[in-house]
Amino acid sequence: MATVTRPSPKEVWDWLSHVPDPEIPVISLTDLGIIRDVAWDDDTLVVTVTPTYSGCPATAVINLDIEKALRERGIEKLKLKRQISPAWTTDWISEAGRDKLRAYGIAPPIDGTAADGRLMGRVNRMTGGNLTVPCPRCGSTHTTKVSQFGSTPCKASYRCDDCLEPFDYFKCI
Amino acid sequence: MPSLPDMNTPDVAELARGAAAASRATEVPTPDAGQEAFFEALLRIGDSTLILGHRVSEWCGHSPALEEDIALANVALDLIGQTQMWLGLAGEVEGKGRSADDLAYLRDAWDFRNLLIVERPNGDFGHTLMRQFLFDAYHLELLKALAGSSDPRVAEIAVKAAKEVAYHLERSSDLVIRLGDGTDESHRRMQAALEALWPYTGEMFLSDEKDAEAAAAGRIADPASLRPAWERTVRDVLGAATLTIPEGAFAHKGGKRGVHTEHLGYILADMQFLQRAYPGATW
Ligand SMILES: [Zn+2]
Repeated sequence: MATVTRPSPKEVWDWLSHVPDPEIPVISLTDLGIIRDVAWDDDTLVVTVTPTYSGCPATAVINLDIEKALRERGIEKLKLKRQISPAWTTDWISEAGRDKLRAYGIAPPIDGTAADGRLMGRVNRMTGGNLTVPCPRCGSTHTTKVSQFGSTPCKASYRCDDCLEPFDYFKCI
Repeated sequence: MPSLPDMNTPDVAELARGAAAASRATEVPTPDAGQEAFFEALLRIGDSTLILGHRVSEWCGHSPALEEDIALANVALDLIGQTQMWLGLAGEVEGKGRSADDLAYLRDAWDFRNLLIVERPNGDFGHTLMRQFLFDAYHLELLKALAGSSDPRVAEIAVKAAKEVAYHLERSSDLVIRLGDGTDESHRRMQAALEALWPYTGEMFLSDEKDAEAAAAGRIADPASLRPAWERTVRDVLGAATLTIPEGAFAHKGGKRGVHTEHLGYILADMQFLQRAYPGATW
């Protein structure tokens, strides 16, 4: 009988930390906080993944990328488990991930500012009237929201009123 | 063979199943009695998000501004993603092996349970946003209530979807206010949209015996219980938009039991064409 050396879950986490998010390739799947668990079930490696947004078209690509990365490391029996509860939140984006987003030109989420449906109430309650998203390029706080939804559901479109660059803001959810 | 059903036939779905069974050798499943009310309740949610998602996606490439085009496409995407979860669960509850895709692509109009408001044609941009706002305000209350469902599968979908729908509602509220309290022309169009759509809002809060059964089991919310919070949001936003809420309580209804306007057939012809013409096609 052949002896199989199983990588530890910690090793697998480390491998996954090198798999880029397909839509924002500067951050990894672990930076994004969508890998919820890595565990062995007998001889099968079970990776639990949570979707960001319900309709995120990257979900299928993410699963393929995880599978490809782990197969390349010699994992034969692999199961990807989808878990929707607790629902993904941008609070799970790592500090390193936030720095990478900023360097890439995307303003990272401002924790605690998720929408609750009460438009004016929310902005007033949290920011004294104006949710300020600093420009990831020049750091200016003179910025204007152009649209609630940017290039993907997870982002909003902003414009910097000082350096005049448009940029994406990763919305808090 | 039974005669062709029309919209006024009360047991239209049964007639249709009979006609389908008589004309071709396919099994058209009906759910088990115990799970039927739950299955129905899930279709009522999932079909509304599906049809609205499809309607909103019709704007893709046609919006008045690029940012709005992208925003509408993203709202549609969220709704379709939520539909996959709701109809996926509906198929699981039904227990006949039907997937979310089977339910979306292989049912006919009389088996759809969406609210009539979501199948209304898009009209102009203001009309689309008014429909979105009236639905979003209801949708968020519905999801908040479903977060307390006795069925954990319902609760977890609702919690996830509510985070997304909160953004939908903030966006549609913002635009309804800006257009209502905008120019004479935009105000006129938003008021006209409100008057045209208002009679379609009452259906959101109507209950029948199936809602009552699923609500009694704690699986879904009693639709009538969502009304006060919806009215508060609608009054606040329409007030800020300087729009006048129409009087009169007349409500168009029928969507929740499969009696639809002619518009749904056109939507399905478009949405289902590929799977009907090339069954099982994938890419
Ligand atoms: Zn700047």
